[in-house]
Amino acid sequence: MSKAMEPDLQTPLGRASGKAARESGKEWSHPSDNWLRGFVLDNRAALGTLAVFIVMMAVFMIANPTVFTTWYLYSSVLTTLPVALFVVVPLVFVVTCGEIDLSFPATMGLASWVFALVVQAGYDPFLGIVAALVTGTLLGFLVGSLVVYGGLSSLIATLGMNFLLRGLIQIINEGKSTALTNLADSTAYKIFSSQVGGIPVQIFWAIAFVVFSALLFNRHRFGAQVKVVGDNPDSAKQMGIDVKLVRVKVFVFTGIGAAIAGTFSVMINFTWWPTAGDGYLLPVLASVFVGGTPTWGGIGTVVGGAIGAVTVSFIQTGVVAAGLSGFYVQFFNGLIIILSLLGHKWNQARYR
Amino acid sequence: MGERIIELRDITKSYGQVYALGGVNLSVDRGEVVGLIGDNGAGKSTLIKILSGVVKPTSGEILVRGKPVSGWSAARSRDAGIETVFQDRALAVQQTIVRNIFMGRELTGFMGWLKVSKEIAEASRLMREIGFTSKVFTPQSIVGQLSGGERQGVAIARAIYKQAELIILDEPTTALSLTETAKVFHFVRQVRASGRSILFIGHNIHHVFDIADRFVVLDRGKVALTADRSEVKSADDLINFMEDVAHPGGLPGLHEADEAEQRAQ
Repeated sequence: MSKAMEPDLQTPLGRASGKAARESGKEWSHPSDNWLRGFVLDNRAALGTLAVFIVMMAVFMIANPTVFTTWYLYSSVLTTLPVALFVVVPLVFVVTCGEIDLSFPATMGLASWVFALVVQAGYDPFLGIVAALVTGTLLGFLVGSLVVYGGLSSLIATLGMNFLLRGLIQIINEGKSTALTNLADSTAYKIFSSQVGGIPVQIFWAIAFVVFSALLFNRHRFGAQVKVVGDNPDSAKQMGIDVKLVRVKVFVFTGIGAAIAGTFSVMINFTWWPTAGDGYLLPVLASVFVGGTPTWGGIGTVVGGAIGAVTVSFIQTGVVAAGLSGFYVQFFNGLIIILSLLGHKWNQARYR
Repeated sequence: MGERIIELRDITKSYGQVYALGGVNLSVDRGEVVGLIGDNGAGKSTLIKILSGVVKPTSGEILVRGKPVSGWSAARSRDAGIETVFQDRALAVQQTIVRNIFMGRELTGFMGWLKVSKEIAEASRLMREIGFTSKVFTPQSIVGQLSGGERQGVAIARAIYKQAELIILDEPTTALSLTETAKVFHFVRQVRASGRSILFIGHNIHHVFDIADRFVVLDRGKVALTADRSEVKSADDLINFMEDVAHPGGLPGLHEADEAEQRAQ
């Protein structure tokens, strides 16, 4: 290696350009230094989802202006939407980590059953909430350990766990539901499920959860490690990250989210059904991907997932309110999913 | 030389019936550049993985600064001041440069929340220090957008962040251009000048010969030769030695053909 071949390391782009760059003080300048462009580039997927939502709502409004300007429509969506949000957001973490969890509907059912049992036995609903959260955490840990330490495919193993746990609920309850008539008088109900100025209070809790999770995803060690593990698990391991522990944690997070979701759904209906949570499987999964989190892991968007959940919630209400029969709901569900995926494919590059 | 940073004693590694390493002794002292060479399948990669804690040895002892360690892992290895720049660079290509530099070592404050602006400032300083700056990327650029040499820069920046005492460079010049290779060599000399150690693994024996203080030749899972720089006259000596080890009887015409090739270069 001759001396002449060694480049000047202080100014690798050559003396003149390096000097010019230093003088202008813009050695690291980049298009994203403009805050607006930076914001758009960093949030492409979420903004794309927002665009889909706005276009869809505009179409609905044009189709039936009277219904879409009444508050009742929005109020009903805002009552049920939070339940979905509490599972969509943790699932964004799971998918970003390179896994999938199809067992959350059964976790919702089992955790909310524990909540219903505690309330029915005459204890304070707050205690019921704690019991439900503990149940969700344990189930998340169980499912996560099975997948991670058992070395099973998360797609199949969580599907199996969903059937298994739901079957357990059905065997024990023999299809019977539990009515919780005394719930409406409790403090917990007022805090978590009443209305403030005509707005269902659940939505505020859900928004707080989304904001907290978005910070966890983008500004916390947990989110950083989830992304790295989903991106390149071998590298993460080589850099000393406990890859298995991170993977178990995302399942635990989903278990906790599912427990909150299940509890909220019981508080809305004053009744626990053995099928509680079952109907959420496909809409929640659709919301994650409509929201712009790709299937391959490493990247994802919590806010996008939340907007995806709003979009999916409005499809059913919107289609019926726009004057079409219920037969059109599935068709539009599918249409929105496919159009969103096409949009995201164009909107985000995949680096390898 | 100075303190012994790491020492491997009688390390073996078997995958089922196949022995990748059959009793290897290797040590690196402070401030020295050790060149590890060997043919494909000699066990170089396995040895690196054991040093960096990714793979656990089947038997043998690992000593860090003279003290035997137990529960050796990737995290332990990094804590002990050993950083590895892997051959495949071990980068998460969909993440930013910052996230890659602080992979597994995030700068966090209260309850694990990231110190984002500090990470960006540190990443910026590191990249500038090793001369991998550019006008087209920032610490928040996605690694997937970078060229091979720039990616190598990110991997090296990650390795030097914590003032590591031993940096393992696994085939760092593979698939790099001449300029980029020269940068890597300059970096090796900088590190040696700062009193830290390097274990340099290379296919190109001329490259290794140029920078190493000591050579270790690995052959079929065993150390075939350990030689100080003063004991080896030229890179050709090393090449001839490796050929003799690989083909004890000697292959007719092999040396002649090889010398002709080198003259052509």
